[in-house]
Amino acid sequence: MTVTYEDALATYEPVLGLEVHVELGTATKMFCGCATALGAGPNTQTCPVCLGLPGALPVVNETGVESAVRIGLALNCEIAEWCRFARKNYFYPDMPKNFQTSQYDEPIAYDGYLDVEVDGEVFRVEIERAHMEEDTGKSTHVGGTTGRIHGASHSLLDYNRAGIPLIEIVTKPITGAGARAPEVAKAYVAELRELIKALGVSEARMEQGQLRCDVNLSLMPAGTTAFGTRSETKNVNSLRSVERAVRSEVVRHAGVLDGGGRVVQETRHFHEDTGTTTSGRTKEEAEDYRYFPEPDLVPVAPSREWVEKLRAGLPELPRLRRNRLREEWGVSAHDMQSILNAGAIGPIVATMDAGADAASARKWWMGELARRANEDGVELAALAITPEQVARVAALVGEGKLNDKLARQVITGVLDGEGAPDEVVDKRGLAIVKDEGALGAAVDEAIAANPGVAEKVRGGKVQAAGALVGAVMKATRGQADAARARELIMEKLGVAD
Amino acid sequence: MPGITREEVAHLARLARLELSGEELDHFAGQLDAIIGAVARVSDVAGEDVPPTSHPLPLTNVMRPDTVRPGLTAQQALSGAPAQEQQRFKVPQILGEE
Repeated sequence: MTVTYEDALATYEPVLGLEVHVELGTATKMFCGCATALGAGPNTQTCPVCLGLPGALPVVNETGVESAVRIGLALNCEIAEWCRFARKNYFYPDMPKNFQTSQYDEPIAYDGYLDVEVDGEVFRVEIERAHMEEDTGKSTHVGGTTGRIHGASHSLLDYNRAGIPLIEIVTKPITGAGARAPEVAKAYVAELRELIKALGVSEARMEQGQLRCDVNLSLMPAGTTAFGTRSETKNVNSLRSVERAVRSEVVRHAGVLDGGGRVVQETRHFHEDTGTTTSGRTKEEAEDYRYFPEPDLVPVAPSREWVEKLRAGLPELPRLRRNRLREEWGVSAHDMQSILNAGAIGPIVATMDAGADAASARKWWMGELARRANEDGVELAALAITPEQVARVAALVGEGKLNDKLARQVITGVLDGEGAPDEVVDKRGLAIVKDEGALGAAVDEAIAANPGVAEKVRGGKVQAAGALVGAVMKATRGQADAARARELIMEKLGVAD
Repeated sequence: MPGITREEVAHLARLARLELSGEELDHFAGQLDAIIGAVARVSDVAGEDVPPTSHPLPLTNVMRPDTVRPGLTAQQALSGAPAQEQQRFKVPQILGEE
């Protein structure tokens, strides 16, 4: 039975729950001194602790705990006076210890909230908890057709990632979002990502798995309050996918319920290509992780003095900073939302710090660079161009040495590794033609090649001159100064502009 | 003292992906029951005034600075692995879950 999203929302109220895992940017792992550098050779960043060898003893990373407390405070949470780690036991080769060190009923932070904005309206998302745990190793499935587990003959494990600190942030059930549930989910993850970046605890790059989202969704008949059965869509790894996954699950659940069926409580996988989910593992047995307190790690008891010191050191929170910047830049709430979603706030601010004005910094990051990032499937900050270089391009345009078309070519050159903006201008010969002789010759040619147009202009139809300017631009491959070309044309035709 | 049942052992074996015969289930149920019973005797001596204890030492906040310490080389890490491929631990087919 097929229903549309609008049909579904007319009958049901969506209930969301979001679980976000943030990989901290600490130099070492959560429970051992192994490095966490990206791109190291397989199994070159391990030790007896993170390999789970007998007798090895873990010790907590102080910066990991500090980051957890700061995230908790920024999310308006209570910070536990005393809490323990717990073993989450499960049998799977991505954790060589056969358990993941996590926290169970004593999270370090709990009962907070994060305000997010959708279409200029503030929506408060309640936070259930934020707890400390560790990442798993990376599996590569060999022998299957698609690198997936089904059909694989065996799997290969790299434990470099095993033990890297994770903070899991869990919302309380989010109700009342109605038809805007997909936008609220996306805005929440975007806001959380900004917050994490502002705290400097992680780069929070979703495409690199530094911030991963699981989407829980259920429906209840509109006007009722008892939650329905939920599905849990795992590892939804872009903002756009968060929105699509919620929308797709709303429609799927509504189809099942309208058809008189029962939603199965299960894990589902999101597929980027179709924007839909497929069934993963059914949770017919309640998960049995046999949690128990980790005996090898002593409890964490953040002193109130330390917590208050960390609170005092929190940066300006992203939403407040955004409101301030929005006024300074003079943009609408809607435009600011687009800038946020594109991850462009940081780059724009840095470009302005390098000397560009707000309008041009915004124009390049939200235009040419956003297009390129989208094409390459990366975030803006990951593009091979620095804010200083963007500021330099803007300055060249400001000085009249480049027009927009040439500037786009310079940016392409920088992104393609041809060097700094000035080098690209030199190598590609992109500067605007200021040579009056060459420009004059191009103007003469254009007039000679278009006698009819020239006659019209002489006769007083000055707007016809556009065609001549176009011919000059074409002849100079876009490198002429269009304003100067127009002046020359008028001069030569003896017409006052 | 509640006994460890054969069903509980079967459940644990499934969680640990161990294949046990019916005979083994009975055998381990008896053994585990004896072990749990022995440990449970602690409850007999711990009075109302003794809170459940997860850590015997009165320590909190034992932490280390976030400074990299040399670990193992890939060769050392893999030295105890029954099988390896492409400098990675090689494990048999993982069934069912993803």
